Amino acid sequence: MARTDALQGSLDLLVLKILSRRPRLHGYAIMAAIAGASGEVLRAEEGSLYPALYRMEEAGWIRAEWIRKESGRRTRIYELTAAGKKQLGVEESRWQAVSLAINRVLREA
Amino acid sequence: MSLWSRISNAVFGERLNREIDEELQSHIEEAIASGRDPGDARRAFGSALRAREASHGIRAAGWLESLLADASFGWRQLCRNKVTSAAAVLSLALGIGSCVAAFRLIDALLWRPLPISGASRLYILSRKMIGFEGKLVEDNHWATPDFNLMRDAVRIDLKDRADLIAISDADRTDITWSTDDDMEKAHVAYVSGNMFLLFGLQPALGRLLAPADDRAFGASPCAVLSWDYWNHRFGRDPKVLGRPLHIGDQTFEIIGVGPRDFTGTEKGTVTDIFLPLTMNSWATQDRIDWHHTFLMLKPGVNPAAAFEPGIDLEQLRQHLSAVNRAFGVQCSTCFRGPTQADIDRYLNQTLVFSPAGAGISDLQKEYRRSLGILGLLAALVLLIACVNVANLMTAQAAARVHEMALRISIGAGRRRLVQLILCQSALLALLASILGAFFTAWSAPFVLSLINPPDNPARLALPADWRVLGFGLGLILLVVLLLGLLPALRASAVRPVAALKGGEDPHSPRRLMRGAIALQVAFCFLVLFLSSLFVASFRRLQNRPLGFSTDRLLLLEIVAGKGQLPVVWNQTAEALRAVPGVDSVAISGWPLLKGIMINSDISIHGAPPVSAFFLNVSPGWFSTMKIPLVSGRDFRPEDTSLGTAIVNETFARTFFPGQYPIGRTFKRGANQSPYKVVGVTRDVPYHNLREPSRAIFYIPFAEIDDESASGAVTFATFVVHTGAQNPLSLANTLRQLVAERHNGLRVSNITTELELVRDQTIRERLLAMLAAFFAAVALLLAGIGLYAVLNYSVLQRRREIGIRMAIGSTRAGIVRIVALDAFLMTVLGGCAGVALGFGATRYVESLFYQVKATDADMIALPTCAILLTALAATLPAVLRALRTDPTEILRAE
Repeated sequence: MARTDALQGSLDLLVLKILSRRPRLHGYAIMAAIAGASGEVLRAEEGSLYPALYRMEEAGWIRAEWIRKESGRRTRIYELTAAGKKQLGVEESRWQAVSLAINRVLREA
Repeated sequence: MSLWSRISNAVFGERLNREIDEELQSHIEEAIASGRDPGDARRAFGSALRAREASHGIRAAGWLESLLADASFGWRQLCRNKVTSAAAVLSLALGIGSCVAAFRLIDALLWRPLPISGASRLYILSRKMIGFEGKLVEDNHWATPDFNLMRDAVRIDLKDRADLIAISDADRTDITWSTDDDMEKAHVAYVSGNMFLLFGLQPALGRLLAPADDRAFGASPCAVLSWDYWNHRFGRDPKVLGRPLHIGDQTFEIIGVGPRDFTGTEKGTVTDIFLPLTMNSWATQDRIDWHHTFLMLKPGVNPAAAFEPGIDLEQLRQHLSAVNRAFGVQCSTCFRGPTQADIDRYLNQTLVFSPAGAGISDLQKEYRRSLGILGLLAALVLLIACVNVANLMTAQAAARVHEMALRISIGAGRRRLVQLILCQSALLALLASILGAFFTAWSAPFVLSLINPPDNPARLALPADWRVLGFGLGLILLVVLLLGLLPALRASAVRPVAALKGGEDPHSPRRLMRGAIALQVAFCFLVLFLSSLFVASFRRLQNRPLGFSTDRLLLLEIVAGKGQLPVVWNQTAEALRAVPGVDSVAISGWPLLKGIMINSDISIHGAPPVSAFFLNVSPGWFSTMKIPLVSGRDFRPEDTSLGTAIVNETFARTFFPGQYPIGRTFKRGANQSPYKVVGVTRDVPYHNLREPSRAIFYIPFAEIDDESASGAVTFATFVVHTGAQNPLSLANTLRQLVAERHNGLRVSNITTELELVRDQTIRERLLAMLAAFFAAVALLLAGIGLYAVLNYSVLQRRREIGIRMAIGSTRAGIVRIVALDAFLMTVLGGCAGVALGFGATRYVESLFYQVKATDADMIALPTCAILLTALAATLPAVLRALRTDPTEILRAE
């Protein structure tokens, strides 16, 4: 539960960052990438990952595409758009500002 | 992109759901493939349905989805009650279609700006004065010399800020294009040379008239065709330039064709040919008021502000008033006859500027109120239809009260319920407006085609452009609101607890519906009341005793260029008499009821001159027209030089009161020889059916033009009584006969006396016909509405009626509880309708002929019609109530 809370508000940032490093991932791969890159500390729940993906797709930050896997099944992969790249910059600098501020508060205590 | 994808996702909601499911499925497979426990992987999503809902909500436009759901639900509702829905759509379509058609006509005739640049800067000059007949008149015709003086004054006052334009009526004129015998008609208007320039018009071909064409009288024999005339007469042949055009003894050269849309400033008439003002012989006459005068402000000039320091519209008006008065005073010797006091009163004229951006025409004046009334009737019918359909929907909504309550109790917002109902009414309105559009497309030109005087049918452009579209859309919106408001309010006021318990207040929907009935009856009464007044007016006008017979009378209107002596006319009449099938031929100056009236000053025994109207007739005219002589004798061929006259009864009563009129004399003008009355005839309508009898005197045909010494006659009409039932069957024979004689007489027009009489009642016929149509529709709709409401109320109160019957209520008691309400509402609505009717008739009294709103039968007729309809509509519901079987009802409970 705590892990989910830590993700609150930063899921968009994580997804955008992962997609900027490795384009054309499907949902499960994004989830796995987040877990892998954070050393299994951060885990995006399925229940919140997909709504977040759809929201960002509607916002035009990422774009989705159906591809056919070797098994014959279709899967939906995502990649960053130009607007998404810009948004990533915005989110990153906001994260930096927030974490800086939190650190400052912690140091004072 | 995003909105579009959300909209398309909303429309294809099922496909979206499948895609979401597929993606989640592929996710789970990936998870299992990478070693996760299958159960665990599935559980991670929680309820599949919830996951899909959450995702769906993001990817589809929710409002659209609910709207679509409501629309398809509404559609199913409409389909379930096919007959009622069809009736609702039809009645709404009729209402919407009539309203839009009325708007199209009113807009085209009265509101739509002329297709010129700066229509809003165009004003027409008119003057209000006390005429010689002692009545206040407003006249917008001017004499050219007066116009020239005023134009100079405007130019001095305002330099380049404004100018005056002269435009005559577009009169139907005899013209010839080639040989003398090919005479045809065209609408010819004389205009000042600056008109095209100031209106910002460009030629479609050649050049247009220019200010230089005004420079001198008779100096510019050139003509401009309108695009419309060029199109239908010459098939857009560019070689038309330079062709000669003959009018009377003048020859003009075609110099150009006007722009495509411009058909003159006279709405309802299409001008065919534009000629320079200076080419009309009247342009030098001081006393002939014959053309309109327009004031055109130049672009950027604000009519509300001062044009020049110290000069605004009001000061310009005063200055022009002074110029006009000076002109009148300088010419006061032109008046012969009236006393000095009358002349002074006449010269005391008030000049008025009125906006003329929508053009100016008699048709506008004559049909403004009529079209207004038709618009009102159409709107009332639409309102009745709306109330009807709203009632219907209320009844349906009430039948669905359980469903509504259920929806509310499981959490549907009241907004959503209102949306549901508005959706349904929007569907109805949409279907109705599609049908209505077809109705409008047919009915507006049809009504226009009914305004069809034989010589001059009204012609108006009726484009379906953004003005009409905007009006239509506004109307549909209004209809949706009117339809939906009542049931939506009802539905949102549902109290779920009460409704689900089955004991909701059964009176509340009926209260609303009863109010609606009263409203409907009031509107219906108003429509019926106005219609009965118009129909009665028309019937009385049509059945007015004429005093002459129109039977088998053919009228040959003849012109004779510079004029021919009476003997030539008589010889031609003699030739016509020899044609087989012709019973008798007489000559008159013009036909009765042609709309022509010419007066003359007469003096009786040296008394001050008074004005009376006259007509020149040949011997035998009275017998051909079947106008009986009361006393004395008809003209004889030798009367021409003797100064004889025949007068009508009103003339005799007015000028020789209490005396035997035969043998009395009167004079026309001081130095003229006296006329001796040799006969008295019955009164007949002279120029207009509506007018009371005037004092008329008849003089021998040869004296048609007392100012020309030669006695040459330039125009007259042969009145031919034919043996055949249809007088027009002889038209071609007689036309040829006149042409073959080559004696200078030419047929200008052929018509029948019957057509002229019919022509007099066109407006009344139109109003009566359409009003009767609207009345029938209104009555039918009101009847259906009443029937539906009562029927519904009986269904609703089946249980109550069953119980009442079971405990011994009499049949009369049952009838009372079913029908009393309805009758009270009908009476209440009827009273409101009478009040509305009296209010409305005050504005349209001028359209009535010999009927008054207070006539007993005018009120009795609509009242009876409504009561009968109410009775017929109530009967089925009452019978149904009486047939209620109490045991069955109680067993069902």
